[in-house]
Amino acid sequence: MFDVIVVGGGHAGSEAALAAARMGADTLLVTQNIETLGQMSCNPAIGGIGKSHLVREIDALGGVMAEAADAAGIHFRVLNARKGPAVRATRAQTDRQLYKQFIRARLENQPGLRIFQQSVDDLIVEGDRVVGVVTQMQQRFMARSVILTVGTFLGGIIHVGLNQQSGGRAGDSASNRLADRLRELPFAVGRLKTGTPPRVDARSVDFSTLTPQPGDQPTPKMSFWSPDGRHPEQVPCHITHTTEKTHDIIRAGLDRSPLYSGVIDGIGPRYCPSIEDKIVRFADKTSHQIFIEPEGLSTHELYPNGISTSLPYDVQIDLLRSIPGFESAHITRPGYAIEYDYFEPKELKSSLETKHLNGLFFAGQINGTTGYEEAGAQGILAGINAVLQARGDPAWSPARSEAYIGVLVDDLITLGTLEPYRMFTSRAEYRLILRQDNADQRLCATARKFGLLSDEQFQAFEQKQEAIDSLKGELKSALVFAGNAAVDAVLREPMHKEYRLSELIKRPEVNLPDLLQAAGRSLPELDVIEQVEIEFKYQGYIDRQTQEISRLKAQQGLVIPLDLDYSLISGLSNEVRQKLAQVKPENIGQAGRISGVTPAAVSLLLVHLKRKGGLVKRAATI
Amino acid sequence: MLRASLKTHPEPNTGDAPATIVAEATPSGHAGISVVRLSGASALAIAQGVVGRISKPRHAYFRSFKTSRGTVFDQGVVLYFRSPNSFTGEDVVEFQGHGGPIVVSTLIQTCVEMGARMARPGEFSERAFLNDKMDLVQLEGVADLIASASEQAAKSALGSLTGIFSKAVNALVTSVIELRIYIEASIDFPEEEIDFLAEPFVLERTTLIEAQLRQILKQAEQGRRLQVGFSIALVGSPNAGKSSVLNRFSGQDSAIVTAIPGTTRDVIREQLLLDGYPIQIADTAGIREATDAIEQEGIARSRQTALMADLSLWIIDVTALDLTPLNLSRSMLEQQLVSAEAVLFKDQATRKRLVVLNKLDLLPESTQRALVDLLAADSDTFTVSAKTGLGWDHLLSGIKRMVGVGDDSESLFSARTRHIVALSEAAHYLAQAKKSLMAGLPGELMAEDLKQVQVALGEITGQVTSDDLLGKIFSSFCIGK
Repeated sequence: MFDVIVVGGGHAGSEAALAAARMGADTLLVTQNIETLGQMSCNPAIGGIGKSHLVREIDALGGVMAEAADAAGIHFRVLNARKGPAVRATRAQTDRQLYKQFIRARLENQPGLRIFQQSVDDLIVEGDRVVGVVTQMQQRFMARSVILTVGTFLGGIIHVGLNQQSGGRAGDSASNRLADRLRELPFAVGRLKTGTPPRVDARSVDFSTLTPQPGDQPTPKMSFWSPDGRHPEQVPCHITHTTEKTHDIIRAGLDRSPLYSGVIDGIGPRYCPSIEDKIVRFADKTSHQIFIEPEGLSTHELYPNGISTSLPYDVQIDLLRSIPGFESAHITRPGYAIEYDYFEPKELKSSLETKHLNGLFFAGQINGTTGYEEAGAQGILAGINAVLQARGDPAWSPARSEAYIGVLVDDLITLGTLEPYRMFTSRAEYRLILRQDNADQRLCATARKFGLLSDEQFQAFEQKQEAIDSLKGELKSALVFAGNAAVDAVLREPMHKEYRLSELIKRPEVNLPDLLQAAGRSLPELDVIEQVEIEFKYQGYIDRQTQEISRLKAQQGLVIPLDLDYSLISGLSNEVRQKLAQVKPENIGQAGRISGVTPAAVSLLLVHLKRKGGLVKRAATI
Repeated sequence: MLRASLKTHPEPNTGDAPATIVAEATPSGHAGISVVRLSGASALAIAQGVVGRISKPRHAYFRSFKTSRGTVFDQGVVLYFRSPNSFTGEDVVEFQGHGGPIVVSTLIQTCVEMGARMARPGEFSERAFLNDKMDLVQLEGVADLIASASEQAAKSALGSLTGIFSKAVNALVTSVIELRIYIEASIDFPEEEIDFLAEPFVLERTTLIEAQLRQILKQAEQGRRLQVGFSIALVGSPNAGKSSVLNRFSGQDSAIVTAIPGTTRDVIREQLLLDGYPIQIADTAGIREATDAIEQEGIARSRQTALMADLSLWIIDVTALDLTPLNLSRSMLEQQLVSAEAVLFKDQATRKRLVVLNKLDLLPESTQRALVDLLAADSDTFTVSAKTGLGWDHLLSGIKRMVGVGDDSESLFSARTRHIVALSEAAHYLAQAKKSLMAGLPGELMAEDLKQVQVALGEITGQVTSDDLLGKIFSSFCIGK
């Protein structure tokens, strides 16, 4: 009897299994293939806008993704450097092998975690509870809670041109038995689609004509915990573009495209269209950018990012060879599209437990998301909650104002999704507060409470917080006086009276390291300076958002029972009633975020709950 | 380098208490005294901003009411009720000032500028209920009130958007969305060759939107002053008696009333007060298939006036209808009205209309009685004689119902105040957005202020979600690696 069984060893599964085991739960990870633990099925990169925010939060909760990215990253860039600290993001191109090795090593060395290689064919259900899984060889494993992180493997169908075959990823078989079994359970199932570009042998590419794109110096780190010197050798990426000829070739091949001949009915992501999609939908654009990403240090394979396609192999070769630098390119693996089952995420609780079956959790692409980071974020949340559930403790999920993980989960369970869901910073209404630099401040205390962080990690966190507090105090108390030439130089004008440093730092043209130096103060660590500077400069905005958040918290604290009968609430329109009944919001705040639920409807709900005596105020989970 | 420091909208810090809300507590439009109620944790602080220090609860103070700029706009009595001994159970301040929509609206707007939010219809009762200030018997009533009031509010908010205003606001919203698409795309997709933040057109567009917004706000405020309240257009075929109806309203001969069809070639307007509520009535040229160019022009204006009005009174000469006993049924009557409507409006939908069957006095008495009986339960068809005044009171009460005068629910006027409040809020955040753009502050700050502009305008036109915005980004730019 295990506490937690995790089915799947991808990004969601790895984080889930590690988190559960770190919390002290007796955990079993069941995977089809131990060799593919931590496999990057799509492009070899971690992070990016909105995504690195998730990675940092996973990291603050003691997860593995950021550390693996540091250990495997061969090219790092900071994006949006000038657009402000809240939307600044880090992206790492990674060596697939190194990444996988790091994840596998972490899994294999995690106390309390056991790994078993076998396909899972069925769930063991008792009443309204899942109590275990059955593998392909009819092995039965019992557990208090079960997490499914099966990625694109449920009913996966791979398309290349008009050919199609069953598969969970190129080279791996789909989980059709489990898919059939889940379709018998009362979950609403949909189909999604995603794709990858053809991979190319670097030796067949002429780099002399391509624009190199070096990584940033000094190389940024993804993890709060990575020691210096963890990064392997750094290499450049390259940029090239499609040509008019490329577009002609694609147009000529559209009659054999599964997308345009109606073979694929799964819905693909709008922000990650295939190259044939781009050419059809933006017909007036004569060229599209392609990022050439190295797959690793020990391989010649390249990942040409931007030309994901499901066109037939012969068209793939022709279109590739019409691209500058790729005139004699050799394809090592053809691009393909994959269709797979996902389950309506509105049927999940904020803990990622399904509402239909207790003890069953879903995380990753099974919930309609895309991306390693989105998967990892759900994995760690499901892992935590599976343990809490097994122990009979209340569930935990961060609020929208607390973490991108909270935004992700709340969006999924409240609004559902019709296309693969990807994180963007514009989805976060408290964007200025949810920054990558302060993910530790937002989550480490909770992580510690759950036992997710080691003593060393938490000490490091506390030391950083102390340094931040002491610098803040110093800025508020330290005075500089008129006639201080060094400070005048930083201000670019002479002071006529004395100022506190905290007043001066609010001026747009002043930056903190210069000011500290000019005022003869010692300089703490850069990450400490960065956070203090943001807090002072953004104070007005942060205060405004903080106020909005305190209102949100009050609403989050008004709990709605899961079994509320919405048909009994008078005055609600049928449409609103249906929407509420489908989502079964957990609290008044969530109810108000369901599309089409008006403030008046929320009022009616409040009045009804109050009358039933069911209006329970609970401290918001913050 | 990180550079930013901006003051934000003043808002008292109230912790996690619900927002402080403000609204007129007396039915809108009544002359004499009107009461504006402020409820919530910041009620006292906000009220003191308007009238100065209030030292004791449950004491009446006679004070001047001042705008946030310090201009005195009214004098009246202020009462403070300390929580929990108040109507809502929260801190409540009641202002008793002189009636009149402009004073009330200025007071509400001043409170909003100082951090209150306009109450939703029924929200005071809702709070009273949630704070255990109402007993079980009153419970159902609260639910009903919220449901009906919000429905009414939605209707009147829609109805208060006259054609031009609504077009202007929608154009403004479109411009804001377009600008935000560029800003948000630059932030979320920095590698897609679409970094617009540095482009000069971002400032150009911001400036344009600012001008657009200023223009609308000016119009809206002017509109509030000049033609506060409600506009009614009288439309109908020539000689249906529109001008007699106008004269009955105004009590004086403002339009020429003759028996020759087609006398009123232009639109004649009258201002009058209906239960103290200002109403503008426009008499229009009779609509028929005209051959004369001047008359055609007059008819085009009539249609236009009818389309823009908050309410059109569709005047029909009842003697022109076939009311033989055989035809005196609802369905036959409706058929005749439908065919008349086709001529009048050429299938253009009017906002709201009431049908007025005029010249009732010219019908035989038995037919009069039969017709009045037939329409007794009808809420939008009336039988009158403008000449003798027969049925006139019934029509007036029908109009008042449409206007929302004396009604518990949100009136059109408060809907308009809501718009001005929303537009001012939008203007405030837009100014901040422009300031941070011009100061070269990080783009995420301008993005934040633009989002607030959108939220404020959303109070008028409905909110735009982040997913809507992303959808527009994906359809505008080719995004994705």
